[in-house]
Amino acid sequence: MEAIGDGLLEALRLIGAGDGELFSIAGRSLLVSGAATALALLAGAPLGYLLGRARFPARTLILAAVGTGMGMPPVVAGLVIWLLLVRSGPFGGFELIYTKQAMVVAQFLIATPLVIAFTAASIQALPARLPDLLTVLGAGRLRTLWLLAREARLGLLAAVMAGFGAVVSEVGASMAVGGNLAGDTRVLTTAIVTETSRADTERAIAYGLVLLAMAFAIVAVLTLVQQRGAR
Amino acid sequence: MPLARRLLALTALCALVLGAACGGGDDSPGAIILATTTSTYDSGLLDELVPRFEARTGIEVKVIAVGTGAALRMAGEGDADAVLVHAPEAEAPYVASGDLVSGRLVMTNDYVIAGPPDDPAAAASAPDLPAAVAAIAAGGRFVSRGDDSGTHKRELALWAVAGIDPAALPREETGQGMGATLTIASERRAYTLTDRATWLALRHALDLAVLVEGHAALLNVYHVYVVNPERHAGVAAKEAEAFAAFLLEPETQALIGRFRAAEFGRSLFTPAAAPPPGGG
Repeated sequence: MEAIGDGLLEALRLIGAGDGELFSIAGRSLLVSGAATALALLAGAPLGYLLGRARFPARTLILAAVGTGMGMPPVVAGLVIWLLLVRSGPFGGFELIYTKQAMVVAQFLIATPLVIAFTAASIQALPARLPDLLTVLGAGRLRTLWLLAREARLGLLAAVMAGFGAVVSEVGASMAVGGNLAGDTRVLTTAIVTETSRADTERAIAYGLVLLAMAFAIVAVLTLVQQRGAR
Repeated sequence: MPLARRLLALTALCALVLGAACGGGDDSPGAIILATTTSTYDSGLLDELVPRFEARTGIEVKVIAVGTGAALRMAGEGDADAVLVHAPEAEAPYVASGDLVSGRLVMTNDYVIAGPPDDPAAAASAPDLPAAVAAIAAGGRFVSRGDDSGTHKRELALWAVAGIDPAALPREETGQGMGATLTIASERRAYTLTDRATWLALRHALDLAVLVEGHAALLNVYHVYVVNPERHAGVAAKEAEAFAAFLLEPETQALIGRFRAAEFGRSLFTPAAAPPPGGG
């Protein structure tokens, strides 16, 4: 019990003192996971839209595959990306292994199925006639898409939250493809692993608190946007 | 469908922008991957040495802390440029195959067996190392690294010398690094084999005591090797060689000897520049 109390106090002191390492690691988490989520949204939302709207033979199969991808353990995504990017792997020539870019790629792989599934579900929940109706009312193609996105924003923002929440909190993939390099690819989750194995519990707790606070702040903002004007 | 194409183009553009945004020069040409053991890392030694090397040469060192077995396999695949490892028997085949070249002894320390301070198996009073190991087998629990690391290999060798089949013991494998394994041994009131550096660095957080030490069979030797560029294309051999040479410099060696010595009242590593046994 004592360790937990001391840990919390020391953690708050580190946060209060503006500990440089803590904030640079937190910033890196935000950068890597933010970039991965943004890319997942850019790739996943159009795919989710297609899966939600269009009807084609393999659709159910693809939806099932996406659903499976949602449950993929991050460490498996990490292993796959590691095997692809490591020097002796097929894409080793790009020298991306143990970089932030490699982490973005792995986290992108984790977040994209979530974004696709949430988008498809929210688009499918809209009235089927809505796009035609908007076109009849004189909306251009992009405007139609924008209005649809507005209508589906509950689901789309849930997609962003689910994607970001998944990648900012995962440790296996970041460890495998980033290498947990101090000052370079160390993010909050891998830093927690390191400090725990070095028996620096206070720092581990501080990183955990910052991670929770960061996830909460982002989800709170998104929820605010999502719920504004919602019924 | 032009809209889909437009979206695709937009996606590609954003990917490029974001890719550039989180670039930050960490793929500059002067970078090496050093695959090493968790003991050199968890003790903080490389945190001390690597920044000095980077500041002087501008060569970035990506330290990947894995077990010695994994570090050697990375070298065997050409996935690392240099290795700093501590299992001479496991290193030999890689030297023989020509995957590892330019091997040099960097430093030594020793392994100790740590266990519950009240020593329920009476390992501390055993006359020699095999007897101590047998005492633990008979009267205590043991927590093993189980991760194909140098320490794990040494532990298996200790059982073999004592003629004990580890599979028949109340022995658990963590599959984790030395720090995590020590913590688990402490919580479970079990014995474990640890390198002295990690032990000294973590003992303040552990309810364990050193019970067996000072035996010749517990010597722990660290070698640095460069991955052979003639066998593995893309290895930054020149930079890796510079790092290996840096470790052997008198100034670095003195630094290794002094590393955290004031804090613990003794040095964690003994610097030992010398030719490696049967090295390349």
